[in-house]
Amino acid sequence: MRVVVDLSRCQGYAQCAFLAPEVFRMHGEEALMYHPNPDDSQREQMERAAAACPLQAILVDQLNERDAPAEASPS
Amino acid sequence: MSETSTLHRILDYSARADPYPLYAELRKTPVALQEDGSYVISTYREITDILHNPHLSSDVRNLSRPTPAAERRDTPSFINIDPPEHDRLRRLAMRHFGPPCTPGLVTGMQPQLTEIVSSLIDDFANTQLVDIVDDFAYPFPVTVICHLLGVPRDDEPRFHQWVNAIIDSLDYDPKTDPPEKLNLGAQATDDLHQYLGGLLEPRHDRPGDDLLSRLANDDGPDGRMTDEEIISTANLLLIAGHETTVNLITNGMLTLLRHPHVLQRLRDEPDLIVRLVEELLRYEPPVHIVPWRAAYSDITIADTVIPKGSQIMLMLASGSRDPDRFDDPDRFDPDRQDNQHLGFGSGIHLCFGGPLARLETQIALSELVRRLDRPRLVTDPPPYRPSPVLRGPIHLHIEQS
Amino acid sequence: MSSAHTLQGFKRDGRIAIVGASLAGLRAAEALRGEGFTGSLTMIGDELGEPYDRPPLSKQVLTGWVPTDGTKLPRRRDIDAQWLLGVPASGLDLATNHVHLADGNEVAFDRVLISTGVRARPWPVEAEASLDGVFVVRTRGDADGLQQALAAGPSRVLIIGAGFTGSEIASICRERDISVTVAELGPAPLVGALGAMIGDVAADMQRAHGVDLRCGVKVTQLEGDAQGRLCRAHFSDGSTVDADVAVVALGGIRNTDWLQDSGLAVGVWGIACDSGCRAFDLNGLVTDDVFVAGDVARCPHPVYEYRFISLEHWANAVEQADIAAHNMVNAQADRWPHLAIPAFWSIQFGVNIKSVGVPTFADEVVVTQGSVPDHRFVAAYGYQGRVTAAVSFNNAKWLDHYRKLIETAAPFPPPCPTPDQPVDAKPVPVDFPGPVLLSQGATVVVTGHDPSERHVTAVRTHR
Repeated sequence: MRVVVDLSRCQGYAQCAFLAPEVFRMHGEEALMYHPNPDDSQREQMERAAAACPLQAILVDQLNERDAPAEASPS
Repeated sequence: MSETSTLHRILDYSARADPYPLYAELRKTPVALQEDGSYVISTYREITDILHNPHLSSDVRNLSRPTPAAERRDTPSFINIDPPEHDRLRRLAMRHFGPPCTPGLVTGMQPQLTEIVSSLIDDFANTQLVDIVDDFAYPFPVTVICHLLGVPRDDEPRFHQWVNAIIDSLDYDPKTDPPEKLNLGAQATDDLHQYLGGLLEPRHDRPGDDLLSRLANDDGPDGRMTDEEIISTANLLLIAGHETTVNLITNGMLTLLRHPHVLQRLRDEPDLIVRLVEELLRYEPPVHIVPWRAAYSDITIADTVIPKGSQIMLMLASGSRDPDRFDDPDRFDPDRQDNQHLGFGSGIHLCFGGPLARLETQIALSELVRRLDRPRLVTDPPPYRPSPVLRGPIHLHIEQS
Repeated sequence: MSSAHTLQGFKRDGRIAIVGASLAGLRAAEALRGEGFTGSLTMIGDELGEPYDRPPLSKQVLTGWVPTDGTKLPRRRDIDAQWLLGVPASGLDLATNHVHLADGNEVAFDRVLISTGVRARPWPVEAEASLDGVFVVRTRGDADGLQQALAAGPSRVLIIGAGFTGSEIASICRERDISVTVAELGPAPLVGALGAMIGDVAADMQRAHGVDLRCGVKVTQLEGDAQGRLCRAHFSDGSTVDADVAVVALGGIRNTDWLQDSGLAVGVWGIACDSGCRAFDLNGLVTDDVFVAGDVARCPHPVYEYRFISLEHWANAVEQADIAAHNMVNAQADRWPHLAIPAFWSIQFGVNIKSVGVPTFADEVVVTQGSVPDHRFVAAYGYQGRVTAAVSFNNAKWLDHYRKLIETAAPFPPPCPTPDQPVDAKPVPVDFPGPVLLSQGATVVVTGHDPSERHVTAVRTHR
């Protein structure tokens, strides 16, 4: 599962770190460190975290594996 | 002034079942000066702007004319304090509730929350007539917050009365309300204060897992809260911890019963619950109004200058229905994208217990929908609690097969 | 694309090439499809593999938490593109509308987006740069090597340059309990971007976390042992430090070399474009079919007196990509200007540092909220009496307010007090070490006298 957080929007509310603590960790009071490629077993918690973000700054991959062909192979 | 009358109509009990058309009327004047010199802000962008404005104060001492209800609090909780004190107290409380110090607490409660929910539903599974409030939406979060704080569950009848009196006095209006309403609230505040003090006292030097014990024995970088600060914090969490979640769960069940196709979808797609609860926080939030804030210095918003010392009321639920921010805002749409609702507020005072409330409501509604057999509303609209601030049904009777 | 008819045809079956397949390129491709572009899309990138996110490379990856290949960017939609990866572009022919690739191939286009970004500035002495243990951090490969070197438990890491990347890596080293020396030519860390006041705070933070911070010194030599491994660094003050890992964090070089003969307005400062992301040609005339986005773009910002600004910010890449994509498939009247106020973040030593606006576009700075000693505060920057930027340390929830102050040209210093304003808050000179706009030397000369024959020629002597 791929994730990216727009940290320029993030204001450090830590809602994600409550709801998916394996993926999102607070570094000090306000700084967010996250795992950009968490295990698929985290999907349910990830969905909760992404939905709860007050800034809607968490983007989870919208493509299923099968729909993302090996586009990026060298030609 | 028509804005004034709109606000009065909103606060009047007759508007409780459906305040939304009045909110739409209110939004015609995003920042509306009232007869008494206070300001009401009702549009999304103006509300979010002011909630991030450092000149907005939550400290009653910054009001030029303190409200009667806000006036008599000796040691306010962090919801009614400004930085840096607010930040310090909230940090101290957060050490024992969430990240960065206790990140796994809320997710770790999931099995326990599911168990409480299942057991409550077991009790009425075979009953034809159910009151979602008394049988479920009230006892569930109360049990959870009591456990979390370390308040004996059996004392619930005592503090239930106090909390009701306090909530009732939140929107006290000296012009229309009898003084008893305020006095009862004040007495209840004292009683609850004394009760929590009694629970705190024996916890000193006795480390334990509940929040009261942890706060009483904390030794973090910010030091320890004073006893008065602990009591104020516990007071806030006890009230907010159940007076809001009960409304969110009840509003949720009501909304699902009014949207049977969504209810059916939730049965078929249990994952829908996550986005559905977010939409619920926008569409039927438990907290409708921030009753007062103060202008610490002159605040310019939407071309209006709000003078220093003015009282400001924020209509959160109106902001979340603002058509300038949300497409088709009066439609309940669990698939809604970009749902930056104001259900938990915004800025430094964003709801402390939001993550727990979310999880509680997700589990509660999922299980109700899964286990109730063809539920129907008995009366629509249901009867509402008096408060326009923390708004929700006082009973929600449903029939099942 | 003069008529709506042609525009419709272009949107339906035109050809777009995107040169630079990283964040800006990918986001632009997604936005093009989102705008309804159904023609052919070619993604050209010099690195192999799918587009990945770079900020975690100097943070989560270096702590060892996230594997190097774990930062591939999530997709918002399928972009249905042809990907030409692992080969850099070597030229742009605007007479025939072709991108030339280093392997001799070429790609024809109707419109092109340039998002080639920046590369790490290497250590200037090649023999020293190639010593084992000397790293830059820009690509996945760079981060992989450095992560392994840190995991091996070096005796000391030397970081050359205390900008954001250097400071972040120093923070990670301390988190991993690795001894670290930071060498900075300027008077303090972050001073070039945020000025002397914040620089002092950053220096305090580093020292409080056990960093051996040396400011005002230049690294004069990286010394290797007989096996070609880094063992020591020499400083301009005559001192030395023994270290087995060095991280060269001296900023980036914009990838514009391949455009030297393109006739576009390019230089070490990037590719000049208008606020709609359309590239300028050498004469400063705007082009129709060439667009620029991300770190390599240099565009005028109306809020900052229309000065041309290049930003190596994540959000800028994302926002410019959307603007460029929109403008590539819309008629002149429907085009959007890139007016977002710049926003930036850095995580170091447990503190969330954020900025809005352009702090270098300021003459004074004042702490408006919070406490500097506690590393929880907001500072506002002003230029000639108006707010132009703000920086927060662990106080990000207030920054939106300052963004609005910048957008509305609010007076500086902000006249109204806040509840947690320091009592002694007074504006101080912002005090950047060098000129605000660093002179990089001339890139063009003007020739001709008659207005019809005056034009500009590129000077080829610059780096």
